[in-house]
Amino acid sequence: MNVPVHLRHDETFVLNLGPQHPATHGVLRVKLTMDGEYIVKAEPVLGYIHRMHEKLAEGGTFAQFMPNTARMDYLHALAFNHGWALVVEKAAGIEVPERAEYIRVITVELNRIASHLLWWAAFLLDLGGFTPLLYAFDDREQIIDLLERITGSRLTYCYMRFGGVYNDIDEEFIAGTRACIKRIRGRLPRLYHDLVTHNIILIKRIKDIGFITAEQCRRYGATGPVARGSGISYDIRKNEPYSVYPEFDFDVPVFDEGDSMARYMVRMHEIEQSMRIIEQALDKLPDGPVMGKAPKVLKPEAGYYYSAVETARGSLGYRLVCNGDKNPYKLKLRSPTFSNLSLFGEVAEGMLLADALAFMGSLDLVIPEIDR
Amino acid sequence: METSIWRALLYLVGLLAFAGVNAAWLGWCERKGAARIQRRIGPCEAGFAGLLQPIADGIKLMSKQLLVPQGVDGIIFRVAPILMMIPAITSMVAIPFSENIGARNLELSVLLLFALASLGMIAILLGGWASGNKYAIISAARSVSQNLAYEIPMLLTVITVVLMSGSLNLHDIAISQQGGFWHWNIFRVENGHFLTMWISFIIFFICSVAETNRAPFDMAEAESELVAGFMTEYGSMGFGLFMMGEYLNIVVGACLTATLFLGGWDCPFGLTPGIWWFLLKIYVLIFTFIWIRWTYPRTQIYRLLNLSWKILIPFSLANLMVTAALIKVF
Repeated sequence: MNVPVHLRHDETFVLNLGPQHPATHGVLRVKLTMDGEYIVKAEPVLGYIHRMHEKLAEGGTFAQFMPNTARMDYLHALAFNHGWALVVEKAAGIEVPERAEYIRVITVELNRIASHLLWWAAFLLDLGGFTPLLYAFDDREQIIDLLERITGSRLTYCYMRFGGVYNDIDEEFIAGTRACIKRIRGRLPRLYHDLVTHNIILIKRIKDIGFITAEQCRRYGATGPVARGSGISYDIRKNEPYSVYPEFDFDVPVFDEGDSMARYMVRMHEIEQSMRIIEQALDKLPDGPVMGKAPKVLKPEAGYYYSAVETARGSLGYRLVCNGDKNPYKLKLRSPTFSNLSLFGEVAEGMLLADALAFMGSLDLVIPEIDR
Repeated sequence: METSIWRALLYLVGLLAFAGVNAAWLGWCERKGAARIQRRIGPCEAGFAGLLQPIADGIKLMSKQLLVPQGVDGIIFRVAPILMMIPAITSMVAIPFSENIGARNLELSVLLLFALASLGMIAILLGGWASGNKYAIISAARSVSQNLAYEIPMLLTVITVVLMSGSLNLHDIAISQQGGFWHWNIFRVENGHFLTMWISFIIFFICSVAETNRAPFDMAEAESELVAGFMTEYGSMGFGLFMMGEYLNIVVGACLTATLFLGGWDCPFGLTPGIWWFLLKIYVLIFTFIWIRWTYPRTQIYRLLNLSWKILIPFSLANLMVTAALIKVF
């Protein structure tokens, strides 16, 4: 409800939302100061799943850190793989064959669709609709099966290599991907939109709720669908192109409303755009090797390197410091969900508990990526 | 009416068995129904098609320790689940299952059923309050406001039925609808009632979904907001009784809907009326409950209250006045 409420700051109680709570999808804890069902103050408390991945990077070689990247954002692990591969390739000056970059884009975009489908499923679960979850998992399963054939794993991929990818794709994968896209295209309007998006209860629950202004997005550094739902047309794939993204024709969906519905629609449109990218990449797929020449032991020159990719949740930056050794000297990640979550406290003020949780769901939080 | 001790015993055993079987196997029906809606299989290991699953669940729940956390109000905490079951089972006394099957033919059975239905809310309130858990208390407060809001339109629509039948006796109301579906209150054509009775039915059905705390109005146990609502602190059979009470409330709600609007035990095509028609009607209604729950997301508490106070109550008031006027005119 967007009627401004008069919050009483003297008669409040503290409600601990999490670290174990069905709506926080992981070990996020939010300390809520409540006046009845209205939130007076919301303080996210982090650190329950901190595994010091960035510090771990310093202890091993560059290649040894690749599996760790997948364990941060386990829903869009291939984008994290991709970012790490890109920054190390930049540091070590490794050339990547064109076919490998195409395969990277295809797999990353497939993974993005899977991530958005899972977000959609979990979001509906937050809103109390259980059935859409299983329909989305049905579609996601097709994508995961495809990726499993190529990468060898289903969730925490370690598919990228410095100079290419681990495994070439075959005709079966290409045919399977085309069939999968056709299937999702058929189901998106009928199942996803007719059953859920146009449902009056869903519209009432997420439209005009959880407003984020473009100014707030800039102040907190929010990126990805959260920023694009507030009218900021910023997508690293378009604005700071990397890999072979400039060769594809795709749109960046932007909605100006800034409410939960806008973020919902951004993600639904992104699924369609990702499918467009995959189709074009499959059409244009060049022949050639999938691994370039890379030295056995990487010793990049000393210096600072930065590389950013667009994950399903926003822009991910790898800041790598090398000192000429075979280990990274220092690594710092700029992960999108951390910035997106920091909005929560300000926006949730004055909201009802149920609305705040729907709003939190629309931010698409992946807690292990915040805590790393 | 004969009042032999055997008759009383027979009905006691029969109604308890009906209640127990429904409370246990409706859980199975719900899980199977949900599974089919979601393209899953559902329970399938225990017995044929998982039919023994309720027994396995019952044994599991009963063999668990009844955990009473520190700081709860011990007596109320233990009594609340029982309070949930008592009114639901007692309601069965007044329900006419067929022309001859019905424990008591009470003159004010409609009134009794609604009085008992309100008691279930007190069990939720006490359970939530005694738990001393913030989620449980929020849930209890929600539950009370929800039940208050939905009892008003529910009773207002029941008055239209009572006006039509001229009786507060469920048995008489059912008898007045005998002779095929065009005599049922929902489809009634005589006296111009086709204008209003289907509106009454829709309002009544929405209210009974809300009264039984079912999705999309399951505010009291909104698991993504309030963990498990008033049941958060309950384990073992305390939880089991709440669940069984919820299913029994659904059965009572379906029985009421069937009796008030769908002709009770009457056959739609004038074939042999009997208890099987009544059971068929209530299970179709219960399936509709399950179907709704597994299709829609949950609404919010304030929209739920708005729906009642701003839409359902004015509509049911207007509906009542039109019905009364129609009775006067025809």
